[in-house]
Amino acid sequence: MKKNNWKAWLYLLPAMVFLGVFMVYPLIDVCIYSLEESYNFASQSYTGVGLYNFRYVLSDPYFVRALQNTFLIVAITVPLSTGLSLLIALGLSSIKPLRNAYQTIYFLPYVTNTLAVGLVFMILFKRTAYTDGLINLLIAKFGAGPVDFIEGPYWAKMFVMCFYTIWVVMPFKILILTSALASVNPDYYKAARVDGATSSRIFWKITLPMISPTVFYLIITGFIGAFKAYSDEVAIFGTNLNAAGMNTIVGYVYDMLYGDSGGYPSYAAAAALILFAIVFTITYINLTFSKNKVQYM
Amino acid sequence: MIERKNSRVSHALIYLFLTVWALIVLFPFYWMVLTSFKSFTAYNSEYIPKFITLQPTLENYRDAFTTVPLGRYFLNTLIFTVATTGLMMVVIVPAAFAFARLEFKGRNGMFALFLSLMMIPTELVIITNYVTIVNWNMRNTYLGLILPSVTSVFYIYLLKENFEAIPDELYKAAKVDGTSDLKYLLKVMVPISQPTIVTIIILKVIECWNSYVWPRLITYDANYYLVSNGIQEIRENGFGRENTPAMMAAVVVISVPLIILFLIFRKKIMAGVSRGGTKG
Amino acid sequence: MKVVLENLTKQYQSRNIKGQTVTAVNNFNFEIPDGQLIGLLGPSGCGKSTTLNLISGLETPTSGRIFFGDRDVTSLPPEERGVGLVFQNYALYPHLTVEENIIFPLQNLKGAQKMTKEAMHAKAMEVAHLVQIEPYMHRKPREMSGGQQQRVAIARALVKIPQVLLLDEPLSNLDARLRLQTREELRRIQRETGVTTIFVTHDQEEAMSISDLIVVMKAGELQQIDKPQNTYDDPANLFVAQFLGTPQINTFEARIQDGRVFIGDEAVLEVSGQKDRPVWATVRPEGFIHTENGALTCRLDRVEVMGRDVSVVSTHPAMTGRNIRTIIAAEEAPDITGETVRFNLKPGKVFLFEKDSEERIRL
Repeated sequence: MKKNNWKAWLYLLPAMVFLGVFMVYPLIDVCIYSLEESYNFASQSYTGVGLYNFRYVLSDPYFVRALQNTFLIVAITVPLSTGLSLLIALGLSSIKPLRNAYQTIYFLPYVTNTLAVGLVFMILFKRTAYTDGLINLLIAKFGAGPVDFIEGPYWAKMFVMCFYTIWVVMPFKILILTSALASVNPDYYKAARVDGATSSRIFWKITLPMISPTVFYLIITGFIGAFKAYSDEVAIFGTNLNAAGMNTIVGYVYDMLYGDSGGYPSYAAAAALILFAIVFTITYINLTFSKNKVQYM
Repeated sequence: MIERKNSRVSHALIYLFLTVWALIVLFPFYWMVLTSFKSFTAYNSEYIPKFITLQPTLENYRDAFTTVPLGRYFLNTLIFTVATTGLMMVVIVPAAFAFARLEFKGRNGMFALFLSLMMIPTELVIITNYVTIVNWNMRNTYLGLILPSVTSVFYIYLLKENFEAIPDELYKAAKVDGTSDLKYLLKVMVPISQPTIVTIIILKVIECWNSYVWPRLITYDANYYLVSNGIQEIRENGFGRENTPAMMAAVVVISVPLIILFLIFRKKIMAGVSRGGTKG
Repeated sequence: MKVVLENLTKQYQSRNIKGQTVTAVNNFNFEIPDGQLIGLLGPSGCGKSTTLNLISGLETPTSGRIFFGDRDVTSLPPEERGVGLVFQNYALYPHLTVEENIIFPLQNLKGAQKMTKEAMHAKAMEVAHLVQIEPYMHRKPREMSGGQQQRVAIARALVKIPQVLLLDEPLSNLDARLRLQTREELRRIQRETGVTTIFVTHDQEEAMSISDLIVVMKAGELQQIDKPQNTYDDPANLFVAQFLGTPQINTFEARIQDGRVFIGDEAVLEVSGQKDRPVWATVRPEGFIHTENGALTCRLDRVEVMGRDVSVVSTHPAMTGRNIRTIIAAEEAPDITGETVRFNLKPGKVFLFEKDSEERIRL
């Protein structure tokens, strides 16, 4: 088997080269960037080594704004989308006719270009010189005044943002929860029925514990995904997110790297590392919590 | 009897609830198709937007392809998607094969290293990758677009699991017959793992078709824009004026290929995603 | 092609304890004559599959040599040895049709051996005819029964005309009826082709019924190579005696004293020229003659009627195992009742073994 050694490495070589250049090296490099002070992209020189970049980023009002937005999006969309998906999945698993049709419809947003559909959302919510937009006309029916969701007050923009984010992340969650529900052995339900358990008792005492690993998986990946929110924001508010006051951490990273405000890879690196630290911590807390709570089969 | 009645009511409520969500999902699609068929003047004259249009026009679609280089964006995206997916298969299939089937020193250590890379978010490495591509003078080139996304540790892992499920005896039988490793990989393992490979290809195609961030960093020449960047470009400096119907036509054109792909491979895509796809 | 194993040994690194080795095959020496059907028999984990893998070249021995005829193949890779291999789970390529499966080995041939498409097809039809699967050439493996799949596997192994055909538990995945049928089939195919064939099994009946020679193994050690009937009638040691035969042979703690064999206080057999010493005495179930004043007295437990035969289950203080099982033809068995039952022993059905080495004591 010895002679096989070099052959095996040959099979691995392409993957190793690509991962090395575009994954491992950048990982080390981003840490170095974040420590190099006043790095100049043109001359590739820097003045010192230290934590200045982190201090700068943390005191940058744009970053604080981005941090706030990101946390709000996470706090609103993750519980809402998970809960709503669970309700829909439960509904789906209790019907037979049309079930496939509903499932297919619910999955559609997954395969669409978020940038493209974001435009449709923008148009539905936007007030222009010609029209208040469909949503505003709907609201007007209930007697509420028109609101500019795209360029108006902060809460309105945040509402559109969260609504669109939930719309985008639901397909994945519904799909995963539906298949988790389908994999619960029906004998448990039969046994519970025979024991005279009510539907709600069956849900809380049997269904939910059984699918709790999946629910926690969705919560964890949901947190991670929501913390990285960016392109959905661009879809609704355009590339200049700072001007709209709707920037996110990832958006801040890209803005520091590129565009009108770009050219500061050190600040970008520091912001990215802060994001990574936040995501890592939240995931860690989630995992510890789920270890205590989730009943694995 | 009371039981029966109860369940009928609750069933009706369930259907109502499911239908409401289905409408929320479908409505944006309906609205973009509808708007794309309204003429520019008709659209702007509707203070209260109409839910149907009696004079559908294809003018917007003509605009979408002529006023902005939508065809060019399409072609770029197609090239990008096919090349990235193709190259990725060339990279990940042998790697998965090596991990699943070949015995060599350091295999487990190397695999653990690969797995640990799964935790690294793209946002962290994209900074250096951007600098790398700039240094290689690859901005506004297909190579610059493609290279950073031709490996996926996750897909290597998925494929390796699949390869490992193929019984050892098949490999032994092939060895006794004098089949080389490469021939065994291509003639036996790949065809047997075809469902997984198709899943991976579909997921990668969806990812490529919708990718936005990396292309935005790497391209500033509209000749190399992908559809996502094209949409953004149309939105910001689009048709010279705020031409919503034409914009919607572009959105429809961009969305249709993936929706068709989805409707054809519905089962495969949904099974594949539930096995391991995540968005973002 | 005769196959010779010379001092063949295979050791593995232990999985549990580092640095420790496990010996799967220990110093094998035997010769398999040309054109015979050989059964490698032993309990699971005895090293039979390892032996097969060594012969096929899928594994390389730690030491020792393997010859096919006069050719030393020890260091040759499997494809250069000219072996065909059939697996317990058939190992057919699921995405290929029966014909494509059979042709697969031929497509690997290189240089002068390379065949045209027509030649390959003809060759495939030839072996398909041999194993009688011609009607199924365009089916996929999963559309066939287990027995048919196993025939395809055999055809695939035979298509290159191997020097040696190796079968690893070829019948274990089949149900009882198919197993019987397929093993006859195996025998016929082997006779027709005349290929030296070695098959591994843990089923003694299977090995007995079709082999020319049986190789009995235990824990990596060779126990006995012999004609099937001889392994039953003339076991080389206690393990072989106990391993072969159903119901199992009855084993007693006994002793030789003054030219007689004693079980407990009763003398059951005359032996001459043997030193006085403790021994194992084993008696085949059919080696008991039920008589009123028999030499061996056992405590009667129950009588099981099996139609043609009657099985008398009894116990004895000197026995090992749970009880003594004797088989008596139904017409020779009057109603057996009471506390005890007495037997005389048929000398040819009694084997004596050394107490320590468990080797056979030849009388």
